[in-house]
Amino acid sequence: MTEALKELGSHIEMKRADCVLGWSVTGGELTVDVALSNIKGLVEFLKTDSTCRFSTLVDITAVDYPERAKRFDVVYHFLSMYQNHRIRLRAAARADDMVPSITEVHPSANWFEREVFDMFGLLFSGHPDLRRILTDYGFRGHPLRKDFPTTGYTEVRYDEAEKRVVYEPVSLVQEYRQFDFMSPWEGAEYILPGDEKTDKKEGAK
Amino acid sequence: MDGDIRNNTYDDGTRDYESGEQQIRNFNINFGPQHPAAHGVLRLVLELDGEIVERCDPHIGLLHRGTEKLMESRTYLQNLPYFDRLDYVAPMNQEHAWCLAIERLCDIEVPRRASLIRVLYSEIGRILNHLMNVTTQAMDVGALTPPVWGFEEREKLMIFYERACGARLHAAYFRPGGVHQDLPSDLLDDIETWAKGFPAFLDDLSGLLTENRVFKQRNVDIGKVSEQDALDWGFSGVMVRGCGMAWDLRRAQPYECYDEFEFQIPVGTNGDCYDRYLIRMEEMRQSAHIMLQAIEKLRAPEGQGDILARGKIAPPSRGDMKTSMEALIHHFKLYTEGFHVPEGEIYAAVEAPKGEFGVYLVSDGTNKPYRAKLRAPGYLHLQAMDYVAGGHQLADIAAIIGTMDVVFGEIDR
Repeated sequence: MTEALKELGSHIEMKRADCVLGWSVTGGELTVDVALSNIKGLVEFLKTDSTCRFSTLVDITAVDYPERAKRFDVVYHFLSMYQNHRIRLRAAARADDMVPSITEVHPSANWFEREVFDMFGLLFSGHPDLRRILTDYGFRGHPLRKDFPTTGYTEVRYDEAEKRVVYEPVSLVQEYRQFDFMSPWEGAEYILPGDEKTDKKEGAK
Repeated sequence: MDGDIRNNTYDDGTRDYESGEQQIRNFNINFGPQHPAAHGVLRLVLELDGEIVERCDPHIGLLHRGTEKLMESRTYLQNLPYFDRLDYVAPMNQEHAWCLAIERLCDIEVPRRASLIRVLYSEIGRILNHLMNVTTQAMDVGALTPPVWGFEEREKLMIFYERACGARLHAAYFRPGGVHQDLPSDLLDDIETWAKGFPAFLDDLSGLLTENRVFKQRNVDIGKVSEQDALDWGFSGVMVRGCGMAWDLRRAQPYECYDEFEFQIPVGTNGDCYDRYLIRMEEMRQSAHIMLQAIEKLRAPEGQGDILARGKIAPPSRGDMKTSMEALIHHFKLYTEGFHVPEGEIYAAVEAPKGEFGVYLVSDGTNKPYRAKLRAPGYLHLQAMDYVAGGHQLADIAAIIGTMDVVFGEIDR
C-alpha cells in the first residue's frame, strides 16, 4: 500500500513539478503540499490523469494555526473509486487570500467551500454562490477560527413582550471554564488558585 | 397585482402588451422546516412552475450545534459521545470512525473479540438505519403499515443495544482500543435467534412494498442518478451502488476484520429511487448474514479474550483497580486528563449505512484534538438535491429526500 502511494506521489511530482511543493506518505496516506494558486490546475490533472483518476471529491476543510503568517491550511481529500486510492492536498493560505474555487472541476465542492467560508472566513474566487451555510441567517464571525470563543458572542431567546425571538450579547452566569486537565507538575499552563499570590509576595520583597 | 418590474411603463403611459400566458410567474414555496417528509429540520426553498420544480435551494444548519468547535476543547474520550448525536439513527457506526482514527494515529491493535463485536454492532446499526429509512420513505409516499412494522423490529434491535451498553440510542459503546464492556452471556443467543428470523420479516415487508402498484408509481424512474452524476456530486454508499458501481468500503478498503466476512454487495441498474429501495432491502439481508457469521466467530475459541487493548488509552480492568495502585492512578488519569495522541493527521472512513462517514483528525500531541472534521455522507447527497430534483413534480421531492437518506444530526453537525 505504502509503496504504491510513494509511486503515485513521485508520478504526480514528475508530471506537475510546478504545482507540487512536496509530498509525503505517513500512516498509509499520501499528502501533497500545493501552492494555493495552483490548486485548480492540479485538481483537474488528478481527475483526468489515467494513473490518478481521482474522480470523487471526499472533503474540503481548513485548519487554523493563528501563530503562523499563512494562518490557514486548506485541506482537500480525494478518492479514486477506479484505482482505489486516496490523496490529501494541503495548501497554506493567509486570512485575506483568495482560494481558487474548484466547483468547475468538482460540482460537489460547492457546499464544502461555502462551509469553509462560513467557518473560517476564507474567500473563494470563482464560486457561484458563496453564502453562509451552517450558521444562522445574519451571523457574524467565523466560528472555527481559534480566536472565536466557544460561547459565541450572541444568544437568542423568545421575548414574550415583543412576541419574537431577540438576539442579545451572551451573558454568562459564571465564567466559561476551559479545563485542560493537565496535572500541575506536568506543564499545566494555568496558575493554580492561590498561586498568583506567591508571585505578588515575591514582587513586594 | 403587485408591481412587476419586468413590465415597462413608457413616457406616454403605455405598457408592453402581455398575453395571459406571460403574466404567469413562477411560484416560490418553503418546504419545511416543519414538513413531516423533510426528515428533520430541512428547509427547501422551491421555485415551482406549476407543479414542476424548477429550482431547489436547501437551507441547512437549523440543527447546527457546533460539534467540531466543541470537540476542540474536550478530550478524545469526552468527544466520543458527540458521534452518537450525529447520525442518531445508527449511532455506533459513527463512533467507529472516531475510534479508528485514534487507533491509527496511536498505532494500536484492537483485540479480536472487540473487533468482532464492533462488526456485529455496526451491522445492527446498518439494519437500524435501513429499516428506518425504507419504512419512513414508504410513509412519505403514502404507505402507513411499513413504519409500524419496521419500528417494531427496530425496538428489538435497540434492546440489543441496551443490553450491550445500557443505552438505546446514545451508546458510547465503541471506545478507542476496543469496546466498553463484554457482551452478557445470553445476548449472543438472542441476537442469533433474531437474525435467523429477520429474513422472514423482510419477506413480509417486501410483500407490502416491492410489487405494490402505488409504491412503484411513486419511485420507479424518480430521482435518477447516473454513474457520472454520482462521481461529480461525490456520492457514496447506496447512492453510488444504485447506479451500478459496486463500491463498498467494507470490501474496497477493508477496516476492522471485514475482510474475513463473506457478503454480497447489491447494485442497482437504473439509479432511481426504486433501485435504492431494493438495495437497502438486500443490504439488510446481507447484514443479518454478516451478523450470524460474527456470532459464529465470537463463539469460537479465537473469539474469546479481552475486549480492550489495555495500555495507555484504555482503562484497566475493574479487578486490577481494586488490587493495584498503579492501575487506580491510571484509571484516574485516563478519565480526568485523558490520553495523549501523537502529533499527526489522519483520515479514517467507515462505510456507514448512509455512505462514507469520515473523520479528519489533526492532533498536536495533547489530550485534545487540534481539529476534527466530520465528513457526513448526507451533506453531499443533499447538496445534489437541486440537480436531482430539478424537473420533477413537487410530490416527488418527498420520495427523493427519503431515498437520499438524509439525517440532520450529521448534516448540520
